[in-house]
Amino acid sequence: MQELLQNVRLVPIEHYIWLSSLLFCIGVMGVLLRRNTIVMFMSIELMLNAVNLLFVAFSAYANKPEGEVFVFFVMVVAAAEVAVGLGLLVMIYRNQNTTDSEALQTLKW
Amino acid sequence: MSTTEILLLVCLLAPLSGAGLLLILGRSLPKAVAAVFGVSFIAISFIAALLLFMQTSAESAAFKINLFTWFSAGKLNVDMAFRYDQLTALFLLVITGIGSLIHLYSAGYMHEDEGHNRFFGYLNFFVFFMIMLVTGANMVVMFAGWEGVGLCSYLLIGFWYKNNDYNLAARKAFVMNRIGDLGLLAGLFMLVNKYNTFDFEALQNAVAGVQTGDAYLTTATACLFIGAMGKSAQIPLFTWLPDAMAGPTPVSALIHAATMVTAGIYLVVRTHFLFSLTPATLDFILYIGLATALFAATIGLRQNDIKKVLAYSTVSQLGFMFIALGTGAFATGFFHVFTHAFFKALLFLGAGSVIHALHHEQDMRFMGGLKKKLPLTWITFLIGTIAIAGLPPFAGFFSKDEILAHLYAKNPMLWGVALLGSLLTAFYMFRLYYLVFHGTYRGDSHSASHIHESPWTMTMPLAILALCSIVAGLIGIPAVFSEHGHWLNHFLGKLIPVHHPHGISHATELTLMGVSVTAVLVMVAIAFRVYGQGKVVPVSAEEETNPFFRLLADKYRIDELYHFLFVAPFNAISQFFGKLIDAQVIDGIVNAMGSLAMTLSGMLRLLHNGRIGTYLLAMTVGVILVLAYNLIF
Amino acid sequence: MTEYIFYFLSFVSVLTALLVISARNPIHSVLYLILCFFTIAGHYILLNAQFLAIVHIIVYSGAIMVLFLFVVMLLNMNAESEPKKPMLAKLSATLASGLLFLVLVTALKKAELNPSVSPSESEIGLVKNLGKVLFNDFLLPFEITSVLFLSAMVGAVLLGKKELD
Repeated sequence: MQELLQNVRLVPIEHYIWLSSLLFCIGVMGVLLRRNTIVMFMSIELMLNAVNLLFVAFSAYANKPEGEVFVFFVMVVAAAEVAVGLGLLVMIYRNQNTTDSEALQTLKW
Repeated sequence: MSTTEILLLVCLLAPLSGAGLLLILGRSLPKAVAAVFGVSFIAISFIAALLLFMQTSAESAAFKINLFTWFSAGKLNVDMAFRYDQLTALFLLVITGIGSLIHLYSAGYMHEDEGHNRFFGYLNFFVFFMIMLVTGANMVVMFAGWEGVGLCSYLLIGFWYKNNDYNLAARKAFVMNRIGDLGLLAGLFMLVNKYNTFDFEALQNAVAGVQTGDAYLTTATACLFIGAMGKSAQIPLFTWLPDAMAGPTPVSALIHAATMVTAGIYLVVRTHFLFSLTPATLDFILYIGLATALFAATIGLRQNDIKKVLAYSTVSQLGFMFIALGTGAFATGFFHVFTHAFFKALLFLGAGSVIHALHHEQDMRFMGGLKKKLPLTWITFLIGTIAIAGLPPFAGFFSKDEILAHLYAKNPMLWGVALLGSLLTAFYMFRLYYLVFHGTYRGDSHSASHIHESPWTMTMPLAILALCSIVAGLIGIPAVFSEHGHWLNHFLGKLIPVHHPHGISHATELTLMGVSVTAVLVMVAIAFRVYGQGKVVPVSAEEETNPFFRLLADKYRIDELYHFLFVAPFNAISQFFGKLIDAQVIDGIVNAMGSLAMTLSGMLRLLHNGRIGTYLLAMTVGVILVLAYNLIF
Repeated sequence: MTEYIFYFLSFVSVLTALLVISARNPIHSVLYLILCFFTIAGHYILLNAQFLAIVHIIVYSGAIMVLFLFVVMLLNMNAESEPKKPMLAKLSATLASGLLFLVLVTALKKAELNPSVSPSESEIGLVKNLGKVLFNDFLLPFEITSVLFLSAMVGAVLLGKKELD
C-alpha cells in the first residue's frame, strides 16, 4: 500500500468539494422526492456522510486533526439518532399502518 | 411677613378653606353648621379687607406678595403673586362685604333646599376666585381668577341641575364667556410677545415710551376689551346674562350684579395705562357701552319676569360703566361699579324675598299689592329703585351724573342718547316697583294666605344694603358742590391720574344735573300714571298686540338670530363630522385595518398544511436563499 | 494513480447514491447504501484516515444499515406498496436540490488549501495520533458521548415497547 501511495499526484481539493456537494444534494433530492420514511431516513444518512467526507478531506489537506475528531463525533451522533429514529418509525407504523410520510397530516390549520 | 401681607393672605385663603371644607365634608354637615361656616369664612375675609383698608390711605404704596414661581419659560417668568393697592382695597371691600351679606341672606333663602351645603361651598369658592382676580399682580393670576369665576358661575347657574333648561343656560353662559376669553387671550399673547412680561407694574413701565395710537397696542387692547365684553355682558355677548337668572337669586345678586360682571371693568381700569394710549379702542368701548345701555333698557320695558327685568337692567348699567371708561374717566367707571353693586344687590335680594314669599313665583303678572304684606322688603326695594333711577342724594345719582357729565364734555349728542337710556331705566324700574308692590294682588288666593315677611337672615342684609345705597354716593361728591369732596378721586389719585374731570363749567354741570333729575321725575310720574293705580296688567309676549312691543318682549329675537347664524351651522357641521367622517371614514379605515389583517392571516395560514414534504421543500429553498444572499452581497 | 482510484470511487459512490434514492424496492435501497458507504470508506483510506475508515465500516455498514434492514423486514415493505409522488413535487424537488448544489459549490469554491504534505501522507489519520488528540483535547465530549448513547438506548427501548393492554 505504501508504494501505491508513493506515486501520488495531488487530487485538488475542489474535487472533494464537488463530490461532497453532489452526494449532499443527492441526499436532499432523496428526502424531497421519496415518500417512504425509511428511504427518507437513508437519504439523511447519505447527507451526513457527504459532510463527513468533506470534513476528512479538509482535515487531511490542512493537516489538522480536528476535522477527523469531529467526524468521529458525527458518527456517534448518527448512530444514536438512527436508533431512536427507527424506533419512532416503528411506532408510527404501528399507529398508521403505513410508512407513508403523507399519512401524518393532522397537525395543520 | 408683615401684618398687611398676612391680612391679604387671610383674606384670600379664608374663602378657599371654606369652600374646601364645605365641598368635601358637605354631605355630613347639618345645614345650620354649614351655614355658619359659610358665612363666617367670608366674614373673616371681610374683616381682613376692612383692617387692610383702614391702614391704606391715598399716599400708601402698593405692596406685592410673591408666593412662588408658577412657571418660567425662556425669558418669561410668571409668579403666583398678589398685589394690594387702593383699587384692590375698594374692590375687596365690595366683594367681601356684599359677599358676606349675601351669604347671610342665602342661609334664609336656601334653607329648605337639599343642596344647601353645596351651595355655600360653591359660593365660597366663587368669592375666593373673585378675590384672586382683583388681587392678582400679573395678568396670568388675574386670568386664573377670571376663569375660576366663570367656572363657579357655571356651577351656580346650573345649581338645580335636575332641570335641563337650567343646565343649558349654564352652558350658554360658560361658552359665551369662553368666546370673550379668546379675545382676552389674544390680547395677553400680543402683550407678552412685545413686552415679555405679564406683571402690571412691569407693563406700566414698559409702555411708558410708546406713542399714543400705536397700532399694535390698539389691537391688543381691543382684544382685551373683547374679553371684557364676554364677561361683562356687552353687545354682542350679552344674551347669557338674562338666561343666567336660572340660578338661585342670591347667585344672581352676587355674581351677576355686584361682582363677576364687573370683572371686565376691573380689567380695563387695572390696565388703564394701556387703554389711555389707544384712543381708538376707547372710542370703540364708548360706542359699545352706549349701544348696550340703550338696547338693554328698551328690552327691559316689556319683560314680565322680575329677575329678567333686573338682568337687563344690569346689562344696561354695565353699559353705562363702559361709557365712563370709554371717555377716559376710569375712576368714574369704578365709582359706578361701587354704587351699582349696592343697589343692584339690594334689588335682587329684594326680588328674592318677594319670590320666596310667593313660593317661587317670578312672573309679575301674578304679583301686586305686596306693600302691606312685606313691609320691610317694600321699603328697601323702594330705596333701591330710587337709587337706580338716580335721584339725589341716593347713590346712583352721583355716579350716573358724573358719567353723563364726562360724556357731555366729549359729545353732547351722545349725552342725549345716554340720558334717554337712563330715563328708560327709571321708567322700567318704577314699572317693576308699581307692578309688584302697588295695586291688587293678581295671584291665586291660596298663595295669598301664605305670604309673610322673610326671616331676619334675609331682611337684615336688605336693610344694610339699603343704608349703603343711600350713603354710598357720598364718596364721590363732585367739585361743583364741594371743592375737596371727591374722596374717591383723591383716594385713587396715585394709581389712576385723574385730570380735572371734564372741563365743563360748574354752571353747565348744574344744568345737566337739573335736566336729568327733572326728566327722571317726569318718567316716575308717567310710570305711576300707567302702572301705579293697578289698572294696567302686563301681558305675556304671545298676547302682545303692538308689533314693536312684541319685538321688545321677544328680546329683539337675538337668541333666535344667534341660533340661526352660529348654533345651527355649527350643529350641522358637527353632525357631518360625527355621522359621516367619524363613523364612516375613520371607523372605516380602522375596521379595514382589522379586516386586512384577518384576510392576510387567512391566506397565510394555508401554508400550514401539515405535509412534511412541503415543509422540507420550504426549508431547502430557505437554505438556498440564505446561501445565495451571502454569495451575492 | 491516486487520481484514478479517486475518480473510480467517486463514480461508484455517486452512482450508488442515485440508485439509493431511485430504487423502488426499499431493500435494494439499503443494499445500495451499504455499497456507497464502502466507497466512502475507500475515500477515507485515500486520505490516510485509517482509523475512521475502519470505524466507518464497522459502525455504518455493520451496525446502522443492519438496523435499517431489520426495520425494513419488520415492516414487510416491498416494491408494490411504495407510494408515489405527483409530477410537480418531483420537479420542484429536483430543481431545489440542483440549485442547492450550485450554490453550495459556489460558496465553497473559495476554499484554497495548499497542503505542505500530500494528504495521503498526512500523519493525523493514524490511530496513535488521532487517539492522542481525542483523549487529550477532546476528552470531555468523548465522555459525554457515552451518556448520549445511554439516553439513546433508553429512548429506543422505550419507544420500541409494545403497549401492554
